[in-house]
Amino acid sequence: MISGKAVISGQAAIAGIGATEFSKDSGRSELRLAVEAVRAALDDAGIAPSEVDGLVTFSMDTNSEIAVAREIGAGELSFFSHVGYGGGAACATVQQAAMAVATGMAGVVVCYRALNERSGHRFGQVSRAAASMPTSSGVDNGWTYPMGLGTPAATVAMAARRYQHVYGASSEDFGQVAVADRRHAATNPNAWFYQRPITLAEHQASRWIAEPLRLLDCCQESDGAVALVVTSAERASGLRQPPAVIRAAAQGSGSDQFVMTSYYRDGLTGLPEMGVVGRQLWRQSGFAPADVRTAVLYDHFTPYVLMQLEELGFCPRGEARHFIAGGAIQLGGRLPLNTHGGQLGEAYIHGMNGIAEAVRQVRGSSVNQVPGDGPVLVTAGTGVPTSGLILSEVR
Amino acid sequence: MNITEAAARIAEAGDGSPRRGRDPVNLPMIRNWLEALGDTNPRYEAGSLAPPAMVQVWTMHGLHPASTAGDPLSAMSVVLDEAGFTSVVATNSEQAYHRELRLGEQVEVRSRQRDAAGPKRTALGEGWFVTTESTWYVGTEAVATMLFRILKYRPPGPPEPLPSPPAAPPAAPPVDVLRPVVSRDTAFFWDGTAAGELRIQRCGECGALRHPPGPACPECGALKPEYVVAAGTGEVYSYVVHHHPPVPGRALPFVVALVELTEGVRMVGEILGAREFGVGEVSIGAPVRVEFVRVDGELTLPAWRLADPEGER
Repeated sequence: MISGKAVISGQAAIAGIGATEFSKDSGRSELRLAVEAVRAALDDAGIAPSEVDGLVTFSMDTNSEIAVAREIGAGELSFFSHVGYGGGAACATVQQAAMAVATGMAGVVVCYRALNERSGHRFGQVSRAAASMPTSSGVDNGWTYPMGLGTPAATVAMAARRYQHVYGASSEDFGQVAVADRRHAATNPNAWFYQRPITLAEHQASRWIAEPLRLLDCCQESDGAVALVVTSAERASGLRQPPAVIRAAAQGSGSDQFVMTSYYRDGLTGLPEMGVVGRQLWRQSGFAPADVRTAVLYDHFTPYVLMQLEELGFCPRGEARHFIAGGAIQLGGRLPLNTHGGQLGEAYIHGMNGIAEAVRQVRGSSVNQVPGDGPVLVTAGTGVPTSGLILSEVR
Repeated sequence: MNITEAAARIAEAGDGSPRRGRDPVNLPMIRNWLEALGDTNPRYEAGSLAPPAMVQVWTMHGLHPASTAGDPLSAMSVVLDEAGFTSVVATNSEQAYHRELRLGEQVEVRSRQRDAAGPKRTALGEGWFVTTESTWYVGTEAVATMLFRILKYRPPGPPEPLPSPPAAPPAAPPVDVLRPVVSRDTAFFWDGTAAGELRIQRCGECGALRHPPGPACPECGALKPEYVVAAGTGEVYSYVVHHHPPVPGRALPFVVALVELTEGVRMVGEILGAREFGVGEVSIGAPVRVEFVRVDGELTLPAWRLADPEGER
């Protein structure tokens, strides 16, 4: 059932990345943001918009593939897809693009995500729409929203509290993730929190949002867009930028899975769906956690970064708080995480900006470059059906 | 006792207990009302007067109305519900204003039943027209009156399993909480909370318990969902103290818990009273007991209260 190494590994590569500025009020439509990011990514790759024959985004993006295709002048499309579960789909867009390229369904596939998430619809608020969807997901939400559990932070806080109880993790442990992210953002001119690092004491002084989560455990709300150009590894080798070869790409959903509220299946101390992703990534790529040079772990909320380290096998269960201690996840540590500043520090572009940073690390062009030639791991939204990638240079 | 006799008895009882306005007549509420209705007439504010048509506002129930025992319309609604006239529609509201209210005046309202006529055949179905007369007083002075008529009718098709709410005056806003999407697979749960039962899905084939429920049994595959009524006890498995952002229908902060029921399944619910006794009192493992919070005739939420072994909180 778990795919083997030969199927997808090394067949496709990310050849171009593009983004708008990251802000709190873009002043432009989400479609325009998408167009700007897609054009920038194609320009980065040196591929003309007319060559695009595939487009992939994910649920919650308001820009249809055909609308983006029209605006960039793409012409005919042979592959288009809209992956489910919001931010959990970020890496899955690249997986689908890689599969389309590897199977000959398309030659140039652009993955994109554009959102006015701060100036427009804010995900951090209670969503009446989510509570009233006439779908199985709407029925699922009926077990939490009416009871007052209706924000992403609160749903994560429920698991975080149990994780603290079982493994002894503290608010300070969660804060280490925020401190690392903000340190990295402080040297990234594209980050919202450029030149604004925080201390652990500042994290501890920040107000409660949903105990045990503080304000600084929660990612930003941002306006902006990111796009990624996927083509065959062979073609990518002859383009403008060094290719980021897709060594592994996986989706994962756990047993008894819900969206943000998988509260009924186990001890509430892990992210089984990320375990599903991790096992595939290691098998497809042939790499092991110790090979990874740097990782971009989805950080909408800090506790889930700790749980991801455990699910992906970087450390045993319950020991992430020891693993991250002493600056281990900061630049110069044993596994620098989120070198762009993450979604706490750079921007919340629903995980897509993290993939762009993983590409820069492979290229050697990150503002916080981690030395070495090991692969780079990147994950998508957690607490929901999710996805992940392992990228590396041509070898 | 038939409906006519019950109606006569309710009418004979005369005025129900008076309901006092929560606040005296006040300028902030007047401004809100004028703004909502787009009334820009400056005379109210200039003269410290309340618009007469606002009279119902002063004695409205809050978001979480207490029991309406003693209210004639509620009593008559119960009688008609039990006879199968479970649906309701407001048909008439005639108000007369005797004088304008002034800032600072304290208002109370008394209601009595004027008439109950039926059964009548209507386009909606067979039903009874119930008319109540409400009078607003400042001290002993009547300042406004209202004749309010509803039609309580038997809905076409199979009868509704649940009684409808006691009719509310038409101006009452719907209670602002998020409502669950209910499917055919989950209706039994919400019917249960309305009836004061916490129901857990039980597979009619293998007996496995499950929450949240669904159409099929993940253990044996049977499409035979049944339910058992839970004891209503459990313990806190995890919990969140919610501080921000605001949540419809709730005052901040409040506590939401994942409760592990004695029967073994888990479910999410608010811990009631946490703000009063202190959110720090909640802890993982704390024993809790279910309570049912009636929002309105359409929704009753399951919630939990800490079960204090030392006695009642």
